[in-house]
Amino acid sequence: MRVPLTLMLGAGLTAVFAAAALISFLWTPFDVTQMAIAFRLLPPGGVHWLGTDHFGRDVLSMLMVGARTSIAVAIVAVGMGMVLGVPLGLLAAAARGSLLDEVIMRGNDLVFAFPALVIAILITAVFGPSALNAIIAIGIFNTPVFARVTRGAALSLWTLDYIRAARVAGKGPAQISVEHILPNIANLLIVQGTIQFSLGILAEAALSYVGLGAQPPTPSWGRMLAEAQTMIALAPHLAIFPGLAIVLTVLGLNLMGDGLRDILDPRLRRAR
Amino acid sequence: MDRRHRANPGGDAIATACHRDTTRRGIGQGHWTAPDAASNLRPMLRYALSRLVSLTISLIVASVVIFAVIEVIPGDPAAYMLGMNAAPDTVAALRRELGLDGSALQRYFGWVGGMLRGDFGVSYTYRVPVSELILARMEVSLPLTLYALILSTAIAFPVGLIAAARRGTMMDAGIMGATQLGIAVPNFWFAMLLVLVFAINLRWVSAGGFPGWDQGFWPNIKALTLPAVALALPQASILARVMRSSVLEVLDQDYIRTARAKGLTRRQAITRHALRNALIPVLTIIGLQFSFLLAGAIIIENVFFLPGLGRLIFQAITQRDLVVVESVVMLLVFAVILVTFLVDLAYAAVDPRLRRRG
Amino acid sequence: MTLISVRDLSLAIAGTPILDRVSFDVQAGQIFGLVGESGSGKSMTALALMGLAPHGATVSGHARMNGTDLLSLPEDRLTRIRGAEIGMIFQEPMTALNPVQTIGDQVAETLVIHAAATRADARTQARARLDRVGLSGDRFPLSLYPHELSGGQRQRVCIAMAVALRPKLLIADEPTTALDVTTQAQILDLLRDLVRDDGMSLLLITHDLAVVAGLADRVAVMQAGRIVEQGPTEALFRTRAHPYTRRLFAASSHQPARHTQTQDTPLLTVTKAHRTYTLPRHSLFAPAPTVRAVRGVSLTLRAGESLGLVGESGCGKSTLTHAILGLEALQSGEIRLFGRPAGPGMSNDLRAGIQVVFQDPYGSFNPRWRVEKLIAEPFHLTGRPADWRARVATALTDVGLTPADAQKYPHEFSGGQRQRIAIARALITKPKILVLDEAVSALDVSVRARILDLLADLQAQYGLAYLFISHDLHVVRAITDRVLVMKAGQIVEEGPTTRVFTAPQHPYTAELIAATPVIPPDWTEGADDDSRALV
Repeated sequence: MRVPLTLMLGAGLTAVFAAAALISFLWTPFDVTQMAIAFRLLPPGGVHWLGTDHFGRDVLSMLMVGARTSIAVAIVAVGMGMVLGVPLGLLAAAARGSLLDEVIMRGNDLVFAFPALVIAILITAVFGPSALNAIIAIGIFNTPVFARVTRGAALSLWTLDYIRAARVAGKGPAQISVEHILPNIANLLIVQGTIQFSLGILAEAALSYVGLGAQPPTPSWGRMLAEAQTMIALAPHLAIFPGLAIVLTVLGLNLMGDGLRDILDPRLRRAR
Repeated sequence: MDRRHRANPGGDAIATACHRDTTRRGIGQGHWTAPDAASNLRPMLRYALSRLVSLTISLIVASVVIFAVIEVIPGDPAAYMLGMNAAPDTVAALRRELGLDGSALQRYFGWVGGMLRGDFGVSYTYRVPVSELILARMEVSLPLTLYALILSTAIAFPVGLIAAARRGTMMDAGIMGATQLGIAVPNFWFAMLLVLVFAINLRWVSAGGFPGWDQGFWPNIKALTLPAVALALPQASILARVMRSSVLEVLDQDYIRTARAKGLTRRQAITRHALRNALIPVLTIIGLQFSFLLAGAIIIENVFFLPGLGRLIFQAITQRDLVVVESVVMLLVFAVILVTFLVDLAYAAVDPRLRRRG
Repeated sequence: MTLISVRDLSLAIAGTPILDRVSFDVQAGQIFGLVGESGSGKSMTALALMGLAPHGATVSGHARMNGTDLLSLPEDRLTRIRGAEIGMIFQEPMTALNPVQTIGDQVAETLVIHAAATRADARTQARARLDRVGLSGDRFPLSLYPHELSGGQRQRVCIAMAVALRPKLLIADEPTTALDVTTQAQILDLLRDLVRDDGMSLLLITHDLAVVAGLADRVAVMQAGRIVEQGPTEALFRTRAHPYTRRLFAASSHQPARHTQTQDTPLLTVTKAHRTYTLPRHSLFAPAPTVRAVRGVSLTLRAGESLGLVGESGCGKSTLTHAILGLEALQSGEIRLFGRPAGPGMSNDLRAGIQVVFQDPYGSFNPRWRVEKLIAEPFHLTGRPADWRARVATALTDVGLTPADAQKYPHEFSGGQRQRIAIARALITKPKILVLDEAVSALDVSVRARILDLLADLQAQYGLAYLFISHDLHVVRAITDRVLVMKAGQIVEEGPTTRVFTAPQHPYTAELIAATPVIPPDWTEGADDDSRALV
């Protein structure tokens, strides 16, 4: 199988940021909690490759630890969306046309009326801000996405003769969903998962930017940008590097998703 | 085919088509026996009515959810708003002020009834009616969202169409690359870069603020332009990609081949047949984008120091002003549901097949 | 007079040859039939003539019409010829029309595009053309949308569009393949009338020899991108000079050698079955519309018997089949299998006694499973025996495949081979009844003939009872002892197959038989002798 260029580029970018996040557990160039007012707002170059912030903290080190936060929040949120959404979608498709299907789909529509930010606002208003809020908000937002994708793909499979053959072989909807439907929509879910992962990174950044996500002292890309904003004329590098980190991570994931779709989807289509 | 119930000249044809549709959906086969009693109602009106019912149900469920999260989950909202150290009689006073003495059910209907009359309660921190606060802030947030939506659509349509029409060319590849990048850019960071370039370095515009509509139309449009551009470009990237793939998918359809066999050029086939059909999935995305843009507007107001709903709600969260939070959230959700309803209507205008269903 | 003369038309896509030096002439005012099995290149020939070959196709050769070579014309000249000089209609009328434009606008567009009429004038003429193809103004106003029409009516709209400017040539690519047999007869009549009345030529592309026999003046037979034989229809049908033509004829009139021993034991009885569906509501204020799919059907299938169930799409035969298989419930009436009540909740051992082969050889298998797992799936009903692999191997051998095929995936097989796998799967639990739901409808005639032979052999070997559901009267006649004719949810006629086909008693049966195209019997004398060579 020929691996598309987009997939290699995307996987490469994603790997770089994943590696940065993992390495940050063991080592960062400087301690991110260590403040050094004497070395504040240093421009990029020298010992601090990407400069320092207004507390004299090393920007590269903060970016590495920030990657950890972003990736962790996005992965858990996507996992939550999948764990809740995929079974709901399978259930709705298995019960297609019934009241249950209708209730699940209407419930989905309703959740779509609450953008992740609004959910985060609601949670924060009651429980106070935290990274967990961000996870829950993005996770809830992901659920109807996965439910809908799953249901749509499953519905088209339910009309196929091999599902009918399985029913004639005495298999029930649950067994058919697990044996026949799920494996044949897995490709689609992987691709959708990659897309939701990248959206999760963006959403996490936005939530921590407005203070609804990870709280100090946990470094996060969104909050680094919020802090950089007041000093943007003075130290533009503080705004540029975290933003670039977000763009490159999201770009990498999107390219990877496109590449995966290119190699996974044609076979899925031919199978229909 | 049972012909007893021919409702109009084409009725029997319609029945045949319906029956074909059901066959294809695998629901069943056979023939019609039940009359469609409402067939005298204009189809479009009937469709709109059924969407309106669904809109109302969505609003009711949404209001219950919001009420439950804000007023039921925290236990005593008054104690929560005043914090740990509040004196019991202060809490009791606030409870009275907020009307928290009744049962949850009474409070819910009080809240909903108030909103229906335009009474959103009184802000605990600002000591003014929430409706006044919201109205003032909406003057910023709503125009900003609409401005961004118009920009995004105006950019995405031609760009997506060109990419589809020139599929496989350098132009297509360039557009696809640019949109791939556009999707990856967080709008608030893009906003900061715009401020850095156009306000700080070039000094073409001020870095933020909002003159207010009493200062005339153009100064405000100018103040909203950078935020709208920052909001619109990432969304335009998504929309352009949807537009492109939608047009390409439609171009693969049999009826495009029919049109070409009639003697239409490729361009004519696109403009006369592909566009309107391609619009159907694009409309869905435009509807979804409204909620992203609204949320984005709330965030981006921070970058430009715009006195909109975003600043109102973040201040309210910090000050634990639940009355404001509850009302603004309800308003945002209402806006999204309303736009979904409008998109549904637009669907029916574009697609005659939908007018028949409900 | 020759209208269009095609010489050495070759076409390749990405280096793969699709057409190889195709040459034929279509005479003015005549019908030219192009027949062949799927993949023979007959549709591609038509698209190449229209200049609508897929992107990346390389075309060579000549196609002269009025002194111009269509194949060398630039695109802008071609657009003026398409729709004006040459009209074309396609196989699938359900998707051939723009769903968001009225039929009036779509017919008028042909006239407007070629500047043959003003906009208002075009609508008047569109009305006239729709009247001409049998869609009268009182029932079919110009303001209708395609979804408000049936398949046959949509095909009429397509024809009206294609002949709006009275082109000299109409290309019809499988125009009736997607339609029911009675609708097909009407569309073929319409095409014949248009040729006779308007002096138009017709290039008719079809897989169905009988359709060509009743319509075409001249015929060309295509195989693998070449025309292997052509000539006046009757002469070609009588002589069958080329071996492929002979094989094709043998296959299409193939009669499998059957030795059935029907016993008196009823295996399946259906008594007064009723099934009504509730459709999605159109409105919140009206009762949901319903469809009565099956209305009081009773039938009996005896051991070893081969029973046919024929009817057009929407007659309720699928619903009835699903009810018999226990996939859907009835609202009233009773189904008994082997003397015991059957339905969605029936026990596994009951289910094991009745298995099914579906129509679609491509959608019938989970693409991720190996053949052995696919065939063994019905063991779910009986518990998987210890020797299941040996049983799968036997089943594969029974259907003409090899035990080694068990390790392959379905995409490694052709359509005919997949249908064999489906039969093996259906037989693995040793059922007494095999339901064949349009099981050979998607296959080319030569493959179909071999599957019919296989079914006849298996029936003799295992004493199976067949419930053979099909819209294809030829097939039902070839493989069944008794036949039921279904219309609008009811059985309108029942009797021994030969009697029903030779002396139908219900007018609907007579209509179905009359509408089914046939090759005149005296044209094909001796064709069946060749069938041995085929098996």
